[in-house]
Amino acid sequence: MDINILGFGIAREIFGSGQVSLPLGNAATVADMRSALEKQYPRLGQLATYMVAVNNEYAANTRTLQPTDEIAIIPPVSGG
Amino acid sequence: MTDIRLTNDPLDINACISAVMTPQAGGIDVFIGTVRDHTKGKTVLWLEFEAYESMAIMEMQKIVASATEQWPLHRLVLHHRTGRLEVGEVPVVIAVSAAHRDAAFAACLYIIDTLKQTVPIWKKEFFEDGEVWVAAHP
Repeated sequence: MDINILGFGIAREIFGSGQVSLPLGNAATVADMRSALEKQYPRLGQLATYMVAVNNEYAANTRTLQPTDEIAIIPPVSGG
Repeated sequence: MTDIRLTNDPLDINACISAVMTPQAGGIDVFIGTVRDHTKGKTVLWLEFEAYESMAIMEMQKIVASATEQWPLHRLVLHHRTGRLEVGEVPVVIAVSAAHRDAAFAACLYIIDTLKQTVPIWKKEFFEDGEVWVAAHP
């Protein structure tokens, strides 16, 4: 399956775009997506940390992804 | 009454304070974030704030819900800005009214501290010799 991933802040700059597409096996988890993404965008792995949001909620690494999910990379937040 | 807002427009501090005034309140606590002109000894020219808007609003709603569960509050305003902000401008305003000051102080501190940890908003600092996403790298 292909999933679409939104990037914000430094993740958007690393992707070179606000949204990228990534091929993943069916029933791939957030952890699977992280490793595939970091292979394609090594600078992502150099961040202090980053979270993954699925459908506007922080998601655990064990969460299974669906092609219809809204997935986003959340670098360390710095609002306020 | 709670009022949560994420906006590109300048924040109106006085309107935020007026919005939480009520005869039932014995006090109002306000936090106003302002753009500082330096960080780690370097001069900051301006900041840019970017948000994952739909999720930021949801996380702000969670914080407000948690604050109103923890403390007896009357009214609460949480406004955050996005886009380019100059030195001295205001990225965030939190105003809380309660019957007694302890609840207002505690809730206001909880809201700004939690916002800085969970709400998907990012700040980029612009210097004379470059630009940096705050907290991105170890």
